[in-house]
Amino acid sequence: MASVSRRESRAGWLFLLPWIIGFLAFTAGPMLFSLWLSLTHYDMLKPPRFVGLENYREAVRDERVATALWNTAFYTVLHVPSQIVLALALASLMRRAGRAAGFFRTVLYLPVMTPPVALAAMFLLLLNGQNGAINEFLGWFGFTGPNWTTDPAWVKPGLVLMSLWTVGSTAVLYLAALTRVPLERYEAARLDGASPWRQFWHVTLPGISGTVYFTVVVNTIASLQVFTEAYAMFFGARDQQSKEGDAALFYVIHLFQEAFGSLRMGYASALAWGLFVVIAAVTAVQVRLSRRYVHYEGERS
Amino acid sequence: MGGRWRTAVLVPLLLAAGCGGLGADPADDPRALVTMGFGLPDEHATARVAVFRRANPDVDLRITEGAFDEQQFLSAVAAGEPPDVVYADRRKLGGYAARGAVVSLADCVREHGVDLGQFREAALRQVTYGSEVHGLPDFSSVRLLIVNNTAVREAGLDPAAVATSDWAALAGVTDRLARVEGGRPRRIGFDPKVPEFLPLWAKANGVELVGGSGVDVRLDHPKVVEAVRYTADLVAAQGGWASFRAFRDTFDQFGAANQYVTGQLAAMAMDSWYINTLATNSPDVDVTVAPFTDRSGAPLTESGGQAWAIPKGARHPEAACRFLVTMTATDTWVTAATARRDALAGAGRPYGGTFTANRVADQRIFDEVFDPRGNRVLERGVPMVLALQDQAFALPPSPAASELVRAWEGAVNRVLTGGQNAEEAMAQAQREAERALRRVGGR
Repeated sequence: MASVSRRESRAGWLFLLPWIIGFLAFTAGPMLFSLWLSLTHYDMLKPPRFVGLENYREAVRDERVATALWNTAFYTVLHVPSQIVLALALASLMRRAGRAAGFFRTVLYLPVMTPPVALAAMFLLLLNGQNGAINEFLGWFGFTGPNWTTDPAWVKPGLVLMSLWTVGSTAVLYLAALTRVPLERYEAARLDGASPWRQFWHVTLPGISGTVYFTVVVNTIASLQVFTEAYAMFFGARDQQSKEGDAALFYVIHLFQEAFGSLRMGYASALAWGLFVVIAAVTAVQVRLSRRYVHYEGERS
Repeated sequence: MGGRWRTAVLVPLLLAAGCGGLGADPADDPRALVTMGFGLPDEHATARVAVFRRANPDVDLRITEGAFDEQQFLSAVAAGEPPDVVYADRRKLGGYAARGAVVSLADCVREHGVDLGQFREAALRQVTYGSEVHGLPDFSSVRLLIVNNTAVREAGLDPAAVATSDWAALAGVTDRLARVEGGRPRRIGFDPKVPEFLPLWAKANGVELVGGSGVDVRLDHPKVVEAVRYTADLVAAQGGWASFRAFRDTFDQFGAANQYVTGQLAAMAMDSWYINTLATNSPDVDVTVAPFTDRSGAPLTESGGQAWAIPKGARHPEAACRFLVTMTATDTWVTAATARRDALAGAGRPYGGTFTANRVADQRIFDEVFDPRGNRVLERGVPMVLALQDQAFALPPSPAASELVRAWEGAVNRVLTGGQNAEEAMAQAQREAERALRRVGGR
């Protein structure tokens, strides 16, 4: 008996081996290497020189780190709730679509397939403050739209607006979760005279809280790492710095500039570990809160 | 059978050894010559490469097409597997020379008897570090003013009134030329092209942003601060930066309905290559090409363009040296210019000349090959570009080049967006620049 289980566990390890090798070579290895680099000065041309915690001390004093952290936090606080509210609204609508749900699901998910750089190029045109389609649309209702792409105060809201383009990926998750909420609960609630709002608050939301929790965590991590679209829109052109007075300088963009613009691999590694700690802390808080607000099927609450 | 077994054993071994393929590294081939940052978009590239291939049939030239990618290049150098030749912006290459990522060409130049005197001074300055040349300059552009005659005359002014010598007068002219309706620009009167052209505006006011050895920065000099304030005020008076920039973003710069044709712009400071773009897309547009001047009225311009260099650790430095000497030689340039002219003539289009950093080549190209076919943009613009080429200045290469540019461009942006005044912004830029230089020095 014991030998069978040992043989099984050996086979298990053998099957896991490709993943373990991949993990060690491509994830854990580079992470450890960057941890070591974060304690050095390294410009890729000369060998790394050990400097202890100097990079971390500098990061704490770096004015651009403060700007970048503020921008990133601002974006996250705006992006995550709007993404979730809109996704939930769309999923609720799709739930009522009946037989056409499959069609709408596809249509809603299609934008997620757009390559991020193409998306950025398109939104630079749509968001243009002078003749962009979005301001044109606002103009129909008598609003004068802001300069989304050039006014520092509007750059981040513009990016949040753009990020809603990919709301479909969250919406399909909610749709799946909504279909799993038992219909009897709604019936019971209706019998008790609950309004649609109370039904949503006391039946729907607790029923899908696991999915909401998951999307909050994943979206938060993604927005703390926002890079591609913002970089393509405001930093991409050759030799071009952000013309918007650092309004779109997100943390990872700053990190990237330090690494590949200034060749400061050691400092950039320290910044990367800083972000890792921030994300870990934010996620830990979310896990803590989840114990109070998230219910799983079959769990005693 | 034995062969199949050997393959079966060898393939996983090679893959495990990180070879990532079955052949040996192409760079190890003694006949190979690998380039980076260079492509073959037109005859300027293909005809010159053909000249090299004819003269060096034994060299297996491998052109990795695509624009220069800093990250790709530096990781290749760091990994000890650099290309043999790299092609990049001279401002960048100067910084790499200062950091030791590209090697000195002193021996190469001596062995091949290259006369460095034929290269334009400013272009050479950009690739000369520690009194040794580290790159051979390729194309050369200058910066100047392009004035929309129609728009200026419409405002009741003479195109000659758009001049950078009298700053107060230029502000007045800009006011008259600009059209702002309800806070939204309808026409830009004069675009000073900041932050990109700040080195030019500062020099016009008497100060070079970076001094002799590339480590002496003067970003907070009162004259620089004055230039920043002046240019930012010009923008502020034309609807403010956010609207100004958003309006500029709507221009069809590379199309037939460009800002000169539509009248969305009256005048701007610009790189000289744009004259060719205008000539191709809107040959009938009525423009004046004038020099940018300092405040005493003397023409002033900044040199730009690319250069060739040999990275540290290149496997085939001798063939690489032959390659870059051939690519920048006078005869090669003339061959390429002729091929370009003939190709354009085949399409019924004029040839506006090729502006190189090689003075002798330019002279022959514009004497023997230039073929404007009555295109008035070219007939007016080209002589001005030629006259300015030898008057250009360039900032010296600096080991912290990209940080310095980031510092001053960031500062100008903060002034343009109203986040800081010019003194505060440039003082901060100076601190950032000094810190960057200290860091590089301490490495």
